Amino acid sequence: MRIMIGKIGQWFDRRLQLAAPIREAVEHPVPRRTASWWYVFGSAALTVFILQIVTGILLALIYVPSAAEAWSSLQALNHDVTLGWFIRAMHGWGSNFMLAIVLIHMVQVFLFGAYKFPRELTWIVGVFLLLMTLGMAFSGQVLRFDQDAYWGLGIGASIASRVPILGPSIVRLMLGGPIIAGATLSRFFALHVFVIPGMLIVFVGLHLLMVLKLGINEWPMPGRVVRRGTYVSEYHELTKKDGAPFFPYAVWKDLFFAACVILAIAACALYFGPFGPTGQPDPTIIQTAPKPDYFFLWLYALLSLLPPALETPALLVGPVVVIAGLLLLPFFSGEGEKSWKRRPIAVLTVLLIAITLGTFTHLAEFTPWSPHMSAWSGDPVPVRLLHGTTALERQGALVFQAKQCRNCHSLGDSGGQRGPALDGVAVRLTQNQLIRQVIQGGGNMPAYGNNLSPAETTALVAFLETLYPAGQTPARDASRDTVLSDIPVKTSGGQP
Amino acid sequence: MSNETTLSRRGFFTKIGILLNGLVAAALAVPMAGFLLSSITRGRGNGYLSWVPLGPVSDFPEGETRLATFRNPYVMPTDGKTVDTACWVRRIAGDQFQVFAVNCAHLGCPVRWFSQSGLFMCPCHGGAYYSDGSRASGPPERGLFEYPYKVQDGTVSIQAGELPTPGAAIAALTGEKPSCAS
Repeated sequence: MRIMIGKIGQWFDRRLQLAAPIREAVEHPVPRRTASWWYVFGSAALTVFILQIVTGILLALIYVPSAAEAWSSLQALNHDVTLGWFIRAMHGWGSNFMLAIVLIHMVQVFLFGAYKFPRELTWIVGVFLLLMTLGMAFSGQVLRFDQDAYWGLGIGASIASRVPILGPSIVRLMLGGPIIAGATLSRFFALHVFVIPGMLIVFVGLHLLMVLKLGINEWPMPGRVVRRGTYVSEYHELTKKDGAPFFPYAVWKDLFFAACVILAIAACALYFGPFGPTGQPDPTIIQTAPKPDYFFLWLYALLSLLPPALETPALLVGPVVVIAGLLLLPFFSGEGEKSWKRRPIAVLTVLLIAITLGTFTHLAEFTPWSPHMSAWSGDPVPVRLLHGTTALERQGALVFQAKQCRNCHSLGDSGGQRGPALDGVAVRLTQNQLIRQVIQGGGNMPAYGNNLSPAETTALVAFLETLYPAGQTPARDASRDTVLSDIPVKTSGGQP
Repeated sequence: MSNETTLSRRGFFTKIGILLNGLVAAALAVPMAGFLLSSITRGRGNGYLSWVPLGPVSDFPEGETRLATFRNPYVMPTDGKTVDTACWVRRIAGDQFQVFAVNCAHLGCPVRWFSQSGLFMCPCHGGAYYSDGSRASGPPERGLFEYPYKVQDGTVSIQAGELPTPGAAIAALTGEKPSCAS
């Protein structure tokens, strides 16, 4: 039997002549210390990519890339087709895992100085791989053609339209017409299924080829400095002196980790199920609060928090600066220390970016900047706030509820967080300040002067004046006290 | 030595072959680019815009703002429901209207009208607009987009057909209005 297999193998290799180069590739010597758990993320990303290709092809057997039918074909996958839900869930969770692993891989490469000479091009190709992975994540979200996808495309179009001069043309090219419709979904399907994956395969091939040709980055040691003149010979000496064949010396960790990642994806798919689709992509249904997928949440938060005047420059210049910075990084620091122990700025940069993105993502999970569109009808004014109040104050509470103040202001921990909580507003603002704020707005609050009658304003302010915690006194206008009270007037009149 | 400097017959034909392929590629690139860019070129000027009816004037009571829907004038067979579009119609008095796009002027999320507080609010990034469409607060830099409208034979029609974005033709029609809030 073994002889038979061997003969068949020889027959093929006589014609293909691939055995020798493959053996050379898998048995190439790597520095012993690189057989580390830190070096498994690249191969894990590749494994997840292959999983995405397989599950993607399976989904394409059922999915219909037509704006009229995509949503119902997703419903069919979720509910009618045997295990359709599981394949969708694997693809969706695979996407999240792939982005996470690609990012971890990138951080590891950056902190280990692996982008330095002679691996600059490997890093640059890697940056393009990151951009393509993000492109896959966004276009994949569009293919899940639901309300979030529809309005997400609208957000993409609004951003693109801000490009000077070319903006409207870019929008029409992106949408495949004047509006988000059938042509839009079809072209995102082409991008997600043909264009970007094709590019990804080519770039992954290049990336791997360079890893093989240039050798895996050695374990960075403080003091072992990269110099263009001597690095290559030093590296070869290291692999000769303290090297081991990649297969089988180092590969088992990659295999273990890849299997664990795939198992984790399957576990998430089984436990959490597929993502969406949410409501139908019908633009006449406007009772929706679109939200991007997890990895774009930070951008969602950033777009809410940037000052309006800074937004367009940040949207148009920001990505260019970030991408240019990433691409130029190996040219600015192509030599020198590799170890993170001697590169405090690199470590701080990673921490700063991670904390910033983490904070924005966290904020976007509960969107304090968005009005609670149903708070005015869903959250009643707490009864305890109405105990012992006058008729006017109760009338004010009614105005407060009816005029939808709670869409933006919370009371008793329920309501919007767009504006400040009003539980203690009377401590902060006097009667006059309350009237001014309600009528004229300001500080990001709309003016309600045109929308409240004087009687309503009086009642509303009377209610707001009752909102102060027990044990604290409401704010009062000291100068007004002086004017209204007789005795202090006399005393102050006596002063020079 | 002479082979390197003088052009051989084979070398000549190779060059002609490359040139021929270049010409064929260039000739094919024209229709391909034309196909790819047709969504841009077709919409030059007001190519995509046309008048669409929203309904009789009596559907819109004076002093109120109501949601109306219309079908986009440019439809492809695979569009499904995406060509049905909503807009906010505010009838000020008589034949005086304002028709707002539902798309927030910030990043295009659908704004909702709250008649009691007299505000349009956006669920995404917290933009708010007054009843006349002018900016009230939040990240938008301008007021809501307004469709051009006309009232003919008792029917309100608007000029629509393109997704309202900050760069679209509709954006130029209505600029930022002075907002009441300072």
